[in-house]
Amino acid sequence: MFGRLTIDALPFYSPIALGGALITVFGVLFVVGLITWLGQWRYLWAEWLTSLDHKKVGIMYTTLALVMLIRGFIDAIMMRTQQAIALNSQGYLPPNHFDQIFTSHATIMIFFVAMPFLVGLFNVVVPQQIGARDVAFPFMNSVSLWLTASGAALVMVSLPIGKFSTAGWTAYPPYAEAQYSPGVGVDYWIWAILVSGIGSTLTGINFLVTIAKRRAPGMRLMMMPLFTWTALCTSILIVFAFPALTVASALLGLDRYLGMHFFTNGDGGNMMNYINLFWIWGHPEVYILILPAFGVYSEVVATFSGKPLFGYHSMVYATAAITLLSFSVWLHHFFTMGASPAVNAFFGITTMIIAVPTGVKIFDWLFTMYRGRVRLSVPMLFTLGFIVTFVIGGITGVLLAVAPVDYLMHNTTFLVAHFHNMLIPGALFGYFAGYQYWFPKAFGFRLEEKWGRRAFWAWIIGFYLAFMPLYLLGFMGMPRRLERYYEAAWQPYLLVAELGAISILCGIAFLAIQLAVSIRNRSVLAVSTGDPWNGRTLEWATASPPAPYNFAVVPQVHGIDAWWVMKRDGSAGQMPAHFHDIIMPDDSGAGVLLGAMSFVFAFAMVWEIWWLAVLGGLGMWAAVLSQTFHDHAEHRISAREVEAIEGFRGLVPPGTSGAVS
Amino acid sequence: MTDAAIAAAPDDRSEEAENVLEDRTYGFWIYLMSDAIIFSLLFATYVVMSHNTAGGPTGHTLFRLPHTFAETVLLLASSTTFGFASVAIASGQRWRTLVWLGVTFLLGLTFVGMEILEFYGLVKADAGPYRSGFLSAFFTLVGTHGTHVSVGLVWIVLLAGEVALRGLNPYVTSRLYRLGLFWHFLDIVWIGIFSVVYLPGIL
Repeated sequence: MFGRLTIDALPFYSPIALGGALITVFGVLFVVGLITWLGQWRYLWAEWLTSLDHKKVGIMYTTLALVMLIRGFIDAIMMRTQQAIALNSQGYLPPNHFDQIFTSHATIMIFFVAMPFLVGLFNVVVPQQIGARDVAFPFMNSVSLWLTASGAALVMVSLPIGKFSTAGWTAYPPYAEAQYSPGVGVDYWIWAILVSGIGSTLTGINFLVTIAKRRAPGMRLMMMPLFTWTALCTSILIVFAFPALTVASALLGLDRYLGMHFFTNGDGGNMMNYINLFWIWGHPEVYILILPAFGVYSEVVATFSGKPLFGYHSMVYATAAITLLSFSVWLHHFFTMGASPAVNAFFGITTMIIAVPTGVKIFDWLFTMYRGRVRLSVPMLFTLGFIVTFVIGGITGVLLAVAPVDYLMHNTTFLVAHFHNMLIPGALFGYFAGYQYWFPKAFGFRLEEKWGRRAFWAWIIGFYLAFMPLYLLGFMGMPRRLERYYEAAWQPYLLVAELGAISILCGIAFLAIQLAVSIRNRSVLAVSTGDPWNGRTLEWATASPPAPYNFAVVPQVHGIDAWWVMKRDGSAGQMPAHFHDIIMPDDSGAGVLLGAMSFVFAFAMVWEIWWLAVLGGLGMWAAVLSQTFHDHAEHRISAREVEAIEGFRGLVPPGTSGAVS
Repeated sequence: MTDAAIAAAPDDRSEEAENVLEDRTYGFWIYLMSDAIIFSLLFATYVVMSHNTAGGPTGHTLFRLPHTFAETVLLLASSTTFGFASVAIASGQRWRTLVWLGVTFLLGLTFVGMEILEFYGLVKADAGPYRSGFLSAFFTLVGTHGTHVSVGLVWIVLLAGEVALRGLNPYVTSRLYRLGLFWHFLDIVWIGIFSVVYLPGIL
């Protein structure tokens, strides 16, 4: 009846796991109770969950990312604490639990923090930057969101029900095969990856079409803001790389469920096929995460230096070069596979070549600041912190690209330090900068500066304290993912790393405080003009927060930094002479239903409850079909309503000079 | 904003609807590209594993040319009949469209039936997907194609229903166009399977 699901699935095996499960369950119950108590279910359903408005979808994506960031960070600090005390002892975590934690930490941080965070920023910003009223496929956008949320829910539910994978976030066979990992953990991982991976693929298609087809008249490709450029390149990477992850995890699933022999030890399996397939996705994924952050930095540097971006064209070509090259380096993740020296040399050289366009970008940002009127606001602080820190990570990356060196460093904490050094400044700081920069765009008030600065300093100091010791430990030969050790010389470094984790904890707390303080003081922090930073690109031409249709009249673009040009020629901030009816898509609950049913289906597959899987699968079909039969459901916002909404913005009558310039 | 901007505003309702349909087709092409990557990775996996028979049966003993040839003919014919349906759609002939969609459906269904028969025979001959790496890769590649064809069959039924109920309006026509892309795409993939999987196995 319930497949493999029995009472033993509850986490009584470890008091700490039980505690985590209870916190999760009570956290969910608390939120549900709070919404019920406030009587907000109808509002939440009608205004948010079923919304196809790309701004709201973006805010929900970002919220998911921030919530999952807390979970991922708790995993991180638990590992740091274990390693800080586990000299000659078993610490406080049983080995199996420690292994689950390093698996879930990375899985969550990559798939359910970084991905939703960057997609959230895309959603809020990209359509407005290109002068569009919506994304190309609003319903598919909602589907992407709810599939991603469903994948995140699967990882979360593995805490109270069953165990998560212990095979690392890469789930390498043969360990991840049924023979060595017979439990449900790897299955949870596979289904979370498959479900959210489909959501990501749809996002890639959506933004590729949006940027290719929905740009405002006059905006040629070489006039697009840099963030839009990186969104385009990221979308291309998603569309071409995610199929490899789908294939790798699906084939692993076939091995586990149907006893096939793709990656098994015997019977003609070949585990290196998995590792190749995984990293054919995995390396482009690094740039899927980093390119959007590069885009944010480009916007922030130009805005806060009061100058056009230096070397716009070189920046675009560098982005495109990275996009192409990212497909040619995947083997550097496993030089130790034992390919021939020629193969390793090839991939080592392509890896080093990527440093060239990246270096071009670094210099472009520096020259943008050169002789600019630099304002050190919070987004700019994150950008400066990134530039300095990322260069260190890049240098260690070039070091690892030398195959013989990699043989020494492989699977040590040097590698752990290296990729955190790329992804924390190179991705997360960028998303934070974007979050601080575009928050007033989404909500109409700025985030408070003081707590923002504190958060920045806590994060950057925490980063250095947490990861610089790991470089040294790597030189000293400490393997990654170590649950206990007998080498007294390592412990001081691990204690420093623990201090770093505590500093980052403060950073997260300060971000939360910043949000709370900003909401309390929102009337003081309100942005009346809609353009709080004296921005350069089109998203600042709309109201903040924007009307559902973004632009009452689709603007005509005359150059790079379209909004800056408008402010210069006085056409910015004018009331349009005429208004028109605007057609917008109706909201739809089918996306939520599809996400929920995909969760039911995947959960049933994990526990082999076949009847429930059939129900979930049918539910998914029903959700899709219900939408396709009225997929052109839309409503008209009349010209009069548009005029009334725009009347609140304090625009000046047409013909007079702009209010904002 | 300038008057030029206002003149450029897409106010025309039908033009906007047309743009939406065009975008969907463009998006579908991109989906097909990502699907093509899935197939190419499965092809690559098959090629790498085609000799990993683990002492089990090889393609030479398992594949039968007449059977595969008949499947190929069926699928190619179904692409042709879909082409006839497209001609009927272009000239707005509702019932002719339905007839050709029906013929396409029957050809596709027979193809899937023959594939299931082949799989069943293999499993009975102790050559199931769990027998060896080679057979895992074979079943997965061919089965993924077969699953796609089956989804295409469901799609044909749904769209035929929509044509019968709502007529050939622009939305249905645009969907039929994308279904056509999907169907011809699967034909191309099958040509790959025939040339990469069956022919080298038999020869």
